[in-house]
Amino acid sequence: MSLSSDEYKKMGEAAVPKTKCFRNLSGAFLIGGTICLIGQFVLNFYLDAGLSTPNASAACSMTLIAFSAVLTGFGVYDKIAKFGGGGTLVPITGFANAVVSPAMEFKSEGFVLGLGVKIFTIAGPVIVYGVLASVAYGIIYWILKIM
Amino acid sequence: MAHKIGKQTLIIDGVVGIRSSAAVGSKKEGEGPLGKDFDIINDDSRFGEKTWEKAESKMQELACWKALKKAEAEMKDVDFIFAGDLLNQCIASAFSARGSKVPYIGLYGACSTFAEAVGLSAVFADSAAKNCLAVASSHFCSAERQYRFPLEYGGQRPPSAQWTATAAGAALVSKEEGFPFVKAVTFGTVEDFGINDQNNMGAAMAPAAAETLSQFFKDTYTDPEDYDLIVTGDLGFVGANLMKELMGRKGFPLGENYSDCGLMLYDREKQQVESGASGCGCSASVLSGHVIPMLRDGMLKSVLALSTGALMSPTSVQQGETIPGVAHLVCFSSEKGGIF
Amino acid sequence: MEYLKAFIVGGIICAIGQVFIDKTKLTPARILVGFVVSGVILSALGFYEPLVEFAGAGATVPLSGFGHSLAKGVRAAVADKGFLGAFTGGLSATAGGITAAIVFGFIIAVFFKPKDK
Repeated sequence: MSLSSDEYKKMGEAAVPKTKCFRNLSGAFLIGGTICLIGQFVLNFYLDAGLSTPNASAACSMTLIAFSAVLTGFGVYDKIAKFGGGGTLVPITGFANAVVSPAMEFKSEGFVLGLGVKIFTIAGPVIVYGVLASVAYGIIYWILKIM
Repeated sequence: MAHKIGKQTLIIDGVVGIRSSAAVGSKKEGEGPLGKDFDIINDDSRFGEKTWEKAESKMQELACWKALKKAEAEMKDVDFIFAGDLLNQCIASAFSARGSKVPYIGLYGACSTFAEAVGLSAVFADSAAKNCLAVASSHFCSAERQYRFPLEYGGQRPPSAQWTATAAGAALVSKEEGFPFVKAVTFGTVEDFGINDQNNMGAAMAPAAAETLSQFFKDTYTDPEDYDLIVTGDLGFVGANLMKELMGRKGFPLGENYSDCGLMLYDREKQQVESGASGCGCSASVLSGHVIPMLRDGMLKSVLALSTGALMSPTSVQQGETIPGVAHLVCFSSEKGGIF
Repeated sequence: MEYLKAFIVGGIICAIGQVFIDKTKLTPARILVGFVVSGVILSALGFYEPLVEFAGAGATVPLSGFGHSLAKGVRAAVADKGFLGAFTGGLSATAGGITAAIVFGFIIAVFFKPKDK
């Protein structure tokens, strides 16, 4: 038998059961939508309390992050994520889960070398490339402004 | 003394048997279809230890202790320990062996480790050694944190993903003692068909399993129908289907007597393990707790057991390397005399 | 109505993330990076602000909203401080979120252990 690796790759892909796309999409939509809905409640709460829009928005993010951190601590967030998928990954709560879960996991290697080093093991790239993109945009914006 | 026939099969000439074997698992394994076959099930997967790595060592210790107890032997009767696991630098095995004062041969064959350990033990027992202890383990939690994500990280597992078994298996392989007998061993070649999806290990390992198994048939001039059971280590649903297809193409179609430990350990419908079980502990516990006892009880007469390993590391995957596989085969039989 | 808009727009953005999970082999970290960078770019091109005005939290809670905050912060800082603002604006605007994640991550890690699954 001489099977090329391209041929085998096709066989390998064909052998994988199909993902339940509709179920996953509706799960992501429902869970993601619900998290944003909760976000809107929190945002309105801070706006009603008299915070300015930027401050209310920041406070809303922080509240959702705290909420997600607690759910992660109690081992609930990953259970929601089994159903939610993109709905739990994409919101800011998913970012918080990506920070809190390695902090918990790698505490066993110490507070500095474990928790301290690994806390951004998943979410680090988000900050790195978000900041790089924002700086690139800032420089372009500055050049356009002085021209 | 073992001798080589054909390209890569070692025939065990003397009488080498499995004196005893033991399987250790945790809650999920206990709830699976083979739950009653485990010698020790501890619902606390930390096994009373502080870290997952220590828990895995503990499982190996328990498996060795139980296997020796069943054989009414002691650690000082053992000549060599062949042990391996999935952790970096094989710490689970080394740490569990550090109290034993028995020469320790650490192995890394990814999930193929158990057959590798039993095979080497048999070859040793066929020459200078009297008793060899073959051990392998894996732990879902220690594997996740090393290879994938923190436990509390929320992610979805694709349908081709497999669930690392929290289990350990140990077998005491002895010269002129024990039952069933080890008749032949085929150590496999490293095969790579370009699969680079970390979530599809079954597909990465199937070509290696097919290569080792077909080479064994060629070396021994036997066929799949000559055996009561042919069982692969942890190909899972995806890999087992590919295995059947590959073996068909190689001219050794597999029939009803083919199964996979990764499909036996958990209930795929109820236990949310997607494609099935994986990890060194999967084939180690299923062979030690289920298959070898069936041979001992006479329900099976001859078995080909292959453990299958995906030889990747997080580094190699991140560097874009493909995932090579390897598979080692052990032929068990209830016949004392030569069968080849 | 405001709540319905937040729910639907937020849901759709997350569903886009799900398509990336199911249809590509991208790891979660890559998908998140994609969302943040897209947020910066969409905001720079002036598309994201109208979405935030329309959907509120539905647009700010997904990580693309984090990218939007970075870009908005940079825009304001460059207007205020010139070139220096390109370096200070982004993180200043998102400092609350990042700090909260570190603080709560630490506190939770001190008090909780990961559970077996």
